[in-house]
Amino acid sequence: MLRILQFLYRVRAFLLFAFLEFLAIWMIVANNSPQGAAFFNSSNELVGNALKKQADVVQFFSLADANLALVEENASLKQELLRLQVKPDSMPLAINSTLKATFELKGARVVANSLRFSQNYLTLYKGAKDGIKPGMGVFNSQGIVGRVKSVSENYSVAFSVLNTSLLISAKIKSSEVFGSVQWDGGNTSEVQLLYVPRHVKATKGDTVITSGFNAVFPEGLLIGQISKVEVNKKDPNYLAITVKLSTDFSKLTYVYLVENTQFQEIDSLYRQSDLINEY
Amino acid sequence: MNIRNLISYGFLILVLGLVQILFLKNLAVFGHAFGFLYLLGLLILPSTIRTIPLMLIAFCLGFILDVFFETIGMHTAAATLFAFLKPIWLKAASPTGGFDEAEEPSLGQIGFGRYISYAFPLLFVYALAFFIADQWGTGGFFGVLSKSFFSALFTLMLTLVVQLLFFSRKRGI
Repeated sequence: MLRILQFLYRVRAFLLFAFLEFLAIWMIVANNSPQGAAFFNSSNELVGNALKKQADVVQFFSLADANLALVEENASLKQELLRLQVKPDSMPLAINSTLKATFELKGARVVANSLRFSQNYLTLYKGAKDGIKPGMGVFNSQGIVGRVKSVSENYSVAFSVLNTSLLISAKIKSSEVFGSVQWDGGNTSEVQLLYVPRHVKATKGDTVITSGFNAVFPEGLLIGQISKVEVNKKDPNYLAITVKLSTDFSKLTYVYLVENTQFQEIDSLYRQSDLINEY
Repeated sequence: MNIRNLISYGFLILVLGLVQILFLKNLAVFGHAFGFLYLLGLLILPSTIRTIPLMLIAFCLGFILDVFFETIGMHTAAATLFAFLKPIWLKAASPTGGFDEAEEPSLGQIGFGRYISYAFPLLFVYALAFFIADQWGTGGFFGVLSKSFFSALFTLMLTLVVQLLFFSRKRGI
């Protein structure tokens, strides 16, 4: 017995090493499982505050760019509004429930963003207090950005599109063929469009948009443009399509968050029919 | 190790950690080589610090970094491995008779050639562990290997520059 204890004492450094490594690996696994709750991340008050201070300084220098983008977007929205405004002489329409907005938008500031890992996340300066919920879609005026993972009181953490575990339902605009967009961990300006069958004619330059099937994003948000079409080497039944992202992930300052107000209904319908809605 | 040294090491690690979090987060040379400058703080801790406290320090440092970088567990795992291997490698790579007890394995103390042969393999192992954790199941093996190699090289250069610029010849900091 004494010998065993002596032996254990002699290898105590290694035992501690094994224990700490086990702890670290457990944290990696727990954090990366899509369903598992994340305990420690930058939505934490203290860390979020520090990141916000950093963003305050860094984003000061890109304020001009951010303003310009906002002005441009404002202009295009104004134009849209003018087109939609009801003419004074026309008959007023009775708005019924079918015209009720299914998507609600909120704006938020990006305080931290990473590009260089294979699991990239964004930290946003808006949290549960402002009505942010896990599962909301994130986009900006250029295109889609990601999906909210977890929220705290004032901050929230979102999967970036540049995260190998995020799948987004997409379609090719011209042919209405749908598939899933996923990042392969390589080039930060390109993603892969998966599950498009081989008989589909996809050409370079076609626009890829969100399909609206997954109830996270509304239909028609820009993802990017097809830059390369090849036959999938692993599974020749499908095409391997590379999409050039329209969003510049190195310059994110402000984003929009979108919530589907009918998500509960859709989700319970899926549950009733035993389908797994993978967002 | 007196209290004065303790404070200066604590200060060094704090500054390196801040630099890592504020400036080196999204910096990657050619999208390939990462700088893990905060490891300098662990590298030059004197050989009198035993494995167990060293590992605990590394674990905490890695964890704090992970929280900021949103890479939970990855830096922690790699830094713990780094701290576990450091005393072993230091013993193996030291000249016969070993280092002077209080000696710190920094550039000014052990010289250019010995510093590189001491630091580079450790940095490489760290980077390898980090990228294996990061790219698990997605990246190719050679991608991970080349990323680790160039990151270790870049980090080594950063540590050399910092030591040449800010460390006095006689003793650390």
